[in-house]
Amino acid sequence: MLIEARKLRKYFSLGHGKQVHAVDDVSLGIAEHEVLGLVGESGSGKTTFGKTLIGLYDKTGGQVVYRDRELPQRYQAQDYKRQASEIQMIFQDPYSSLNPRMTIQEIIAEGLLIRDGGNLGSVRDKVVYWLERVGLHGDHLSRYPHEFSGGQRQRVGIARALIVEPKLLICDEPISALDVSVQAQVVKLLGELKQSLGLAMLFIAHDLSMVRYVSDRMAVMYLGSLVEVGPADAVYFSPQHPYTKMLISSNPEPDPVHERQRKDVIVSGEIPSPVNLQPGCRFAGRCPLVEPHCRLETPMLRTVAANHLAACHLL
Amino acid sequence: MSSDIILEVDNLAVEFATFGGSVQAVRDVSFKLHKGTTLAIVGESGCGKSVTVQTLVGLIPMPPGRITAGSARLRGEELLGLSSDQLNRYRGKRIGMIFQDAMSALNPTMTIGDQIAETLLVHMGMSAAAARQEVIALLSQVQIPEPERRMRQYPFEFSGGMLQRAMIALSIACQPEVLIADEPTTALDVTIQAQILQLLESLQRSRGLSIILITHDLGVVARMAHEVAVMYAGQIVEQGSVDDIFYRSAHPYTLGLKAAMPGKTAQKAELHEIPGSPPDLFAPPAGCGFHARCPHVMQLCESKAPPLFGAAHQARCWLHHAQAPTHPLRQQLLATTGNGSC
Ligand SMILES: Nc1ncnc2c1ncn2[C@@H]1O[C@H](COP(=O)(O)OP(=O)(O)OP(=O)(O)O)[C@@H](O)[C@H]1O
Ligand SMILES: Nc1ncnc2c1ncn2[C@@H]1O[C@H](COP(=O)(O)OP(=O)(O)OP(=O)(O)O)[C@@H](O)[C@H]1O
Ligand code: SF4
Ligand code: SF4
Ligand SMILES: [Mg+2]
Ligand SMILES: [Mg+2]
Repeated sequence: MLIEARKLRKYFSLGHGKQVHAVDDVSLGIAEHEVLGLVGESGSGKTTFGKTLIGLYDKTGGQVVYRDRELPQRYQAQDYKRQASEIQMIFQDPYSSLNPRMTIQEIIAEGLLIRDGGNLGSVRDKVVYWLERVGLHGDHLSRYPHEFSGGQRQRVGIARALIVEPKLLICDEPISALDVSVQAQVVKLLGELKQSLGLAMLFIAHDLSMVRYVSDRMAVMYLGSLVEVGPADAVYFSPQHPYTKMLISSNPEPDPVHERQRKDVIVSGEIPSPVNLQPGCRFAGRCPLVEPHCRLETPMLRTVAANHLAACHLL
Repeated sequence: MSSDIILEVDNLAVEFATFGGSVQAVRDVSFKLHKGTTLAIVGESGCGKSVTVQTLVGLIPMPPGRITAGSARLRGEELLGLSSDQLNRYRGKRIGMIFQDAMSALNPTMTIGDQIAETLLVHMGMSAAAARQEVIALLSQVQIPEPERRMRQYPFEFSGGMLQRAMIALSIACQPEVLIADEPTTALDVTIQAQILQLLESLQRSRGLSIILITHDLGVVARMAHEVAVMYAGQIVEQGSVDDIFYRSAHPYTLGLKAAMPGKTAQKAELHEIPGSPPDLFAPPAGCGFHARCPHVMQLCESKAPPLFGAAHQARCWLHHAQAPTHPLRQQLLATTGNGSC
């Protein structure tokens, strides 16, 4: 494994003794050159997992091992600097993750300059190269983030992460703000980089068909815990966990006739609050197959097929 | 038919003054929204979808923004050029808006209930007690459980899906005739997305709500839209019924979008992105905005901008000109409109 989370845990304190169990004992690894897709309910802890994995949040518990070396429990400033040329992150929110007072050129060059020194002029060609690789124009260099649409900003974030040619890239919904053609462009670019740089990726997204397309393996989170993980095609075509099944069947198809014939799947129930969780299966409140037993005992991940694990009492 | 037109936009053009020159973000956009229907707007990121709808509700910062041409009428009343007082009177009240990012559109320091109650007090002139009852009714209408308890919570205590529903509750509180939803479900997982889409459909049925829906997800378009407008480089390049757009695509860009989606078959086919990038909106090209990327480009396309051809189903492409070489795409427009003239 290139990087491995072992029982990784991140709780946020809300005061008054209340805690959000954002990531609860998740064990998940990414091999060299591997793309691991991560999907799940909004609020299920995907972003928190990615950020805790690479030290942007302090861990509440568990370990992260990168190339056989345990990463620090709490990061100091120099840890980030050392790690920056190997691990990069594309952030989910293209609005708040770009400094509004910096030009596009400054934003994209920043990582390189911090690592190698030099000045803006010396890296200009490289910045233009990456801008064009993500489908923007070289003459966008001196513009500011607020002059761009959501999707354009997202691509600036992608160029910023790629310019240092990292080994591991955490992509937090890198494509959800993009139209399908630019999505295809970015996904192909990431695929090429996987080949040429040997890039490994954690690819967080909501679009299941795209995640399946990009990933070697797919992991599914629900309310802070990992409920299913396996080869991407296996999870997509034969999902095992009731939540994964619900995810795959609610995906709307780009076919109006098919959609008009769709029987409204009654997706009811509410994701419980991740604050001070009760024992039992976290999906019990929405699960169509729930049994009394599910509310008492937490199901463990178990092997359901080759390299394919799921956590449900019925399996 | 024309009597049920609720919103009509004609020849809208919006530019932004920037350091490098003026960006022509929206160029000659026209569409009609019929009562009780959903118009989906799709297109390349940066093509002007958000700017188009934000112009309608006066959310474009001016300067640097400037409306250079056009009109937008809500039941015949002009919206463009209203003073901010006049704007406030219909924004939120007659046109509701849902943003992609619910968290930043809500006030983090006020409870959900107070935020909704405030609009009711201001716009509907309700008493505090009546507003409270209405908040509870709205929250249950958007299927937020235990509304009496939930209304006292702050935005950060809501999950992403619940926040989005709270925002829908806020945006429909004053019973608007039109709801503008700019990527309302992009941040949500598909099971919650399905709940929200069902909710919007049921509001449409019960209140005759008209919806403008911006989304990148062609699955969501197929599911929700009656009419679809495809935008490219600041212009509408194709519009028609949802079936026209999906089954009789008449513009090369629309075809490119459809081809770019990943297939669902066991075999991973290659993704077909549209090669190249959209033109710079500082200096939109003289001819067709898509010509540098179009597999069907002809000589004429580089110098002369195509008009919209067709009637109910329209496409901005020279292939539909009567004198253009016969091309399979031309049949698509003919199939719906029965005339290829412009
Ligand atoms: N800084 C924070 N303080 C308190 N709670 C937080 C913080 N960041 C995240 N959370 C909570 O932790 C949980 C997991 O959030 P996270 O952002 O990781 O979810 P996600 O799976 O990335 O969701 P989405 O798909 O909406 O991006 C949520 O309940 C969220 O409200
Ligand atoms: N304040 C501004 N100053 C300068 N240019 C702007 C400004 N706001 C938007 N633009 C430009 O206007 C164009 C249209 O932007 P808009 O936000 O409408 O795109 P969009 O179609 O909604 O894209 P996305 O799908 O990525 O959200 C873009 O090219 C953008 O760079
Ligand atoms: S353990 Fe029970 S409630 Fe949980 S997913 Fe399985 S059947 Fe459903
Ligand atoms: S007008 Fe010409 S370049 Fe433009 S889309 Fe049609 S064929 Fe292609
Ligand atoms: Mg997230
Ligand atoms: Mg937009």
